[in-house]
Amino acid sequence: MTDDGASAFALVDKIINRYGGERGTLIQILLDVQKENRWLSGESLEHIAERLHVPLPRVYEIATFYKAFSLTERGRHLVTVCLGTACHVRGAPTLLDRISRKLGVKSGGTSSDGRFTLLTVNCMGCCALGPVIAIDESYFSNPSNSDFDRILGQYK
Amino acid sequence: MNSITLTIDGKSVEARSGETILDAARSLGIDVPTLCHHKDLLPHGSCRLCLVELKQGARSQLVASCGYYVKNGLTVETDSPRVQRARKLVLEILFASLHENTDIQRYARRYGVSRSRYKRSLEYCVLCGLCVRYCQEVKKADCIGFVGRGVHREVAWIPLSRYDDTCKKCMDCQAICPTGVFPSNWGMASPAVES
Repeated sequence: MTDDGASAFALVDKIINRYGGERGTLIQILLDVQKENRWLSGESLEHIAERLHVPLPRVYEIATFYKAFSLTERGRHLVTVCLGTACHVRGAPTLLDRISRKLGVKSGGTSSDGRFTLLTVNCMGCCALGPVIAIDESYFSNPSNSDFDRILGQYK
Repeated sequence: MNSITLTIDGKSVEARSGETILDAARSLGIDVPTLCHHKDLLPHGSCRLCLVELKQGARSQLVASCGYYVKNGLTVETDSPRVQRARKLVLEILFASLHENTDIQRYARRYGVSRSRYKRSLEYCVLCGLCVRYCQEVKKADCIGFVGRGVHREVAWIPLSRYDDTCKKCMDCQAICPTGVFPSNWGMASPAVES
C-alpha cells in the first residue's frame, strides 16, 4: 500500500484493519464496505484483493455471488418491493408498477437524482402487511400514491 | 500406509486411505464417467456424472465418487438402476447445453440419451470449472474465475487485461476445456482477440 493510494481507500483500509487483514474475513469486509459506500467499486475490490492476498477472481466470485453486494453504484436509499407469494396475490405487481413510474426507474435501476434504487425481493417475512415495501429499514404496507409521495419526501 | 477395505459392485477392494471411491473403482477397471475430474486438481463435484450409490443396510444414497474418500466397510454400486437414472438425467441436462462434445456424446450414447427435455441452449460452457481450477491450482496464475450465480454463472477473465499479460503465453485453459469449444468462447469474451 502506497501513501498516495491510502487516501483513496482510507475507508476500505480502516475496515480491513478492523478485521486484522485476515483473509477469512473477506465477506465481512465486503459487507462493511458495501454498507458504507452502498456499492463495491472495481477499484475497491482490487484494493481488498491486494491487501488480503486473495486472487482478484476469487473476490469477484464472492462479490457477484451474493445479492447483498452491488457492483454498480446505488442510490442513497433502497426502495425494496416485496414480490413474495402473499404480496403478489395482494397486488404487489401493480404496486411495483406505480412505484416504478413514480421513481422513473425499472427494478434494479437508480433514480436520476441518485436518491433511490429500486429493488425487488421475494419475501420480507411480514406477509400480513402485504403488499409491503421497505425503504432502507422502514416498512410500509400497501402505500397509496399520496402516502408514497409523503414517505419519499422524508428521504433526502 | 493404512489399508482400507470396501466393496465395489460386489467385489472386495483394498484402497489406500485418502483415495476416493472414484480412484478405487477405476483401479478395478470400472469406467465411471467424469467430466469435471482431473488427476492434478482437487475434487470439484460439479458435473455429477460420477455419482455412485452407497448402500447402508436398507438405505442408500447417491454421492459424487470423485469427492468421497474411501472408508472401511463401504458398499458401493457404480451402475445400479438408481445410478443409471441419475446419470441419465445429468446427461440430459448436459446434452441440452452442448453441441459437438465427444465425451458427453459418448456417455450419452452409453446411457441411451439421444435428446433432451430441456430447452436447447447455445451456451457451450458446462461450468465444470476445469479451466478455472487449472489456472488456480496448477498454473497458480489466477487469471480466470467464476462470476455470478445460478443461471447467470459464467467464466470470466478478471481483470480482462490479464489476457494480454499472461494468458496469451499459456492458453492451457483452452486445451483442458471438455466442451472443446473454449477457443470460440474466448473470442467472444475477450475483445483483446482480434488479429
